[in-house]
Amino acid sequence: MKGPAEAGHSGRGSPEGGHDVENPRFEMRGIKKTFGATVALDGVDLSVRAGEVLALVGQNGAGKSTLMAILAGALASDSGAMRIDGRRFTPRSPLESRRAGIATIYQELSLAPHLSVMENILLGMEPARFGLLDWPRMRDTAARALAELGHDEIDPGARVETLSVAAQQLVEIARALASGCRVLVLDEPTSSLGRDDVARLFALVRRLKAQGRAIVYISHFIEEVKAIADRFVVLRDGRHAGGGDIAAATPDAIIGMMVGREVADLFPRSPRRRGAAILDVDGLEPGSATFTLHRGEILGIAGLIGAGRTRLLRTIFGLEPVRRGHVRIATYSGACPPDERWKQGAGLLSEDRKAEGLAPGLTVADNLTLTRLDPFGPAGLVSPARQHETARRWISTLGIRCAGAAQAAAELSGGNQQKVALARLLHHDVDLLILDEPTRGIDVASKAQIYALIDALVADTPGRPAKAVLVVSSYLPELVGLCDRVAVMCRGTLGAARDATRVTEHELMMAATGAEAPSSAP
Amino acid sequence: MTARALVDRGSTLVGLVLVAAIFGALVGPQFFAPANLELMARQTAIVGMAALGMTMVIVAGGIDLSVGSVIALSTVVIALLLKGHRGPWAAALGGVAASAICGLANGLLITRLRVVPFIVTLGTMLVVRGAAKGLADERRIEAPATWLNDLLRSGAHGTTAILPPGIWLVIGLALLVSGVLGYTRFGRRLFAIGSNERMARLCGVRVERCKVAVYAAAAAFAGAGGVLQFSKLSVGDPTVAVGLELDVIAAVIIGGGSLLGGRGTVAGTLVGATIMTLIQIGCSQKGLPNWVQQLVTGGIIIGAVALDRVRSARS
Repeated sequence: MKGPAEAGHSGRGSPEGGHDVENPRFEMRGIKKTFGATVALDGVDLSVRAGEVLALVGQNGAGKSTLMAILAGALASDSGAMRIDGRRFTPRSPLESRRAGIATIYQELSLAPHLSVMENILLGMEPARFGLLDWPRMRDTAARALAELGHDEIDPGARVETLSVAAQQLVEIARALASGCRVLVLDEPTSSLGRDDVARLFALVRRLKAQGRAIVYISHFIEEVKAIADRFVVLRDGRHAGGGDIAAATPDAIIGMMVGREVADLFPRSPRRRGAAILDVDGLEPGSATFTLHRGEILGIAGLIGAGRTRLLRTIFGLEPVRRGHVRIATYSGACPPDERWKQGAGLLSEDRKAEGLAPGLTVADNLTLTRLDPFGPAGLVSPARQHETARRWISTLGIRCAGAAQAAAELSGGNQQKVALARLLHHDVDLLILDEPTRGIDVASKAQIYALIDALVADTPGRPAKAVLVVSSYLPELVGLCDRVAVMCRGTLGAARDATRVTEHELMMAATGAEAPSSAP
Repeated sequence: MTARALVDRGSTLVGLVLVAAIFGALVGPQFFAPANLELMARQTAIVGMAALGMTMVIVAGGIDLSVGSVIALSTVVIALLLKGHRGPWAAALGGVAASAICGLANGLLITRLRVVPFIVTLGTMLVVRGAAKGLADERRIEAPATWLNDLLRSGAHGTTAILPPGIWLVIGLALLVSGVLGYTRFGRRLFAIGSNERMARLCGVRVERCKVAVYAAAAAFAGAGGVLQFSKLSVGDPTVAVGLELDVIAAVIIGGGSLLGGRGTVAGTLVGATIMTLIQIGCSQKGLPNWVQQLVTGGIIIGAVALDRVRSARS
C-alpha cells in the first residue's frame, strides 16, 4: 500500500511529493480540533492545486465533516493553519470563507425554492440600479454562469422548486461560480442523483477542473472517487490515514485505509433455506409488480432513482393507496394501513432517515421502541426504565455508538442513526423486513455490519424461523452480494426476479436504464 | 428521567427563583407571606389548568388558539345549567363537556381538512367566542351560589386543607397529565408525532386519531379552567379570558416547550405559568404600572426561548 507521503504523478505530470512543489491553491496544515474529550481532528494536512480534484474519503465520524466545517468557516480549528494561494486564511464565519473564495455544496442543498434560478444564483449580490433590481443583467449573469457549466438548458427565470434535484444542484454550483469561488467543495454530491445525472455532474467537474478550479470531492463511493479524482486523502479517526495518486490505488486498498483493516468479505452468505411464502404481490399498481417472497430469502429491487421503487414499497406497506392488484402478507390479504402492517409482522425502513426514518429530537430509546411499546407495561402504560433497558440491549447488540439510550437520535452519526432505525424492526421482531436504501450515506464499517445482520436474519437456523427481506438499493454490488433474487424496476414497472448469483451488475444496469426489456429473465 | 430533561426543568426553575428573588427584594418579605403565596397559586390556577392541555397539544406539534374562548363558553354553560336548577356537579361537567366538543371540532377540522392548527383554531377562537356570546345573549349570566364559587377560596366550609380545592384539582390533574406524557403509549406517541409526524405514521401511529384526542383533551382542560374562572367570577361571562390563550401558550414555552413540537413538560409549564403570575402580582404590589408588567413578561418569553436556543446550539 502506498504511504501518504510517497510521491505519485498527477494527470498533468507535475511532480508532487511530501509537500507540494507547485504552489497549492489551498492548503491545510496540522489542523487540530477537539470537542470536549473527543479528538475530532489530530493534525490533518491537506492541499489541493488549481485544476485538480482531490477526493476526501473516510467513514462517518472519521472527521471529514469537521474538516469541511473548518474550511467553510463554520468551526474554528484549535491549532493549525490554512492558506489560500499562499495567503494565510482564518475565516471566523461561513461568510468570510465564502468571500475568500471557498464554496461548499452540501448534500442538502441550500436554495430558496420559491425564488427563480437567477435570484438564487445572484442571492446576496444582485445587480441593482438606484436600489431597483436590474432584471436584464441578472438574467444575463445567471445565463452566463449556467452556460459556463454547459447547462444553458436551465431557464434562469424558472422557479427552483420546479427543477429536478440534479438541476437544483447545478444552480447551486452556478451560484458558487458566480460568486467567484476558487475552491469548490462537493460534499457527497451524487447521493441523490440518478446515474445519468452523475455522468453529467462528472462531465461538469472535469470542465471546472479544466478551467483551473481546485475541487475537493467528498464521497463514500470508491468507484466514483476512482473515476473523478486525481489524488485522494483518507481520514480515519481524525488522522490522515493514507492518500496519494488515485490511479495507483486499488479500491480494496482505499477501503483498507478507511477501515484500518482489509475488508475480508463485505457480504457474508449463511446457508439459507426457502420457507413459506410471506409476501405475495399480484399485479399491484402502482408498480406493475408481481412477485412472491418467502421466508429465508432476500429479494432485491434495483432501478434508477425515480423509477418508482420507493412508491412500490410504500404501497405494499399501506403508506400510499393501492390502485389495482393484490397484496398478501402472511395470511392477511388486501390493503392495510401501516399500523395493521406492523401487527401483521411487517416493518418498513424508510429511505429518508431524516424526514421519515427517525424523530431527531427524541431519544434513541423512543425511536427504537415506538412501534412496540406494549412489552413495557400493562394497559397502555410505558415504564421508561424497561424501555431504556431494552434499548440498551439493542445498542450493545448492534454496536450503536451513542452516549446512551437517552441521547437524542439527531446527535448520532448517520451510520448509527440507521442502526437505530433498523433496530426498530428487530425490536418489533417483524418477519418481513422491507428495507428502502438501508445503507445510503453510511460508512463502510456500518454497511458491513448491516449486511451481516440482514444475512443472519434470513439464515437457516434451527429452532427459529427465518425472516424475509425485501430490499431496494441503488448500489448494485450490494444487491448482487446480498440478495437471492433481484428484480429491476424501470419507469414504474417491476420486471421479473432473476437469480442474483447469475446476474451481473452490468445486466442489471442495462435493464434499469431500459436498454434491455425488463422482463426477459428466466 | 433524562439528564437533558432535568437541565431543561432546572433552568426554568432557576428563572422562577430569580424572578421571585427580584420581586421579593423589591416588594419586601410580605411578598412571601402565606396569604400572598396562596393568592399567587389562585391566580395561576386558571392559566395553569388550560396550560396542561396546551402542553399536550404543543408536544404533539400543534397549537390551540381557541382556549380563551373555550374558557368563556365554559363559564356561560355552567351559569346557564345552574340557573336551570342543575346541580353544581352537573353544571361543571356540562361546561367541561361543551368545551371538549369544541376541541373535538378543532381536531376533526385539523385532521380532515388538513389545515394547519393555527388557522383552524384561529377560526374556532372566533366561532366559540361568538357562540358563547350568543348563548349568553351578550350578557353576564347570574347563577345561584353553590360550592362551585368556593373552589378557589381558602378556608371555605371550614376545611383544614392548606390550599383551596381548585388548586388541588390543578395539582392532581398536572400529575395525571405528566404521567400520561411520560408513562403511557399515548404520551410517547404524542412526542413522536410532534417530533416527526411522517415517522410516526410510518411506525403505525394513528396520527389523526391521536390529534383529535389531544385537541379534545386540551379543550376539556380549558373547560376545567373555565370552571375555575366561573368560581372566581361566580357569574357566566362570555367576554372573559380574551387573549388568555397567549398567556397559556407563553407558560408552555417558558417552561421549555417547543412550538416545533416534540418537547414540553408539565412541570416546566406550571413553573412557566407561576413565573408569569409572580411578575403580575409583583408588579402590582410594587405599584408598577401595567406597561412595565407587559415589558417584563414579554422579555421573559423572549429570554426563555433565546436561552433554549443557546442551550440546544451548545449540545
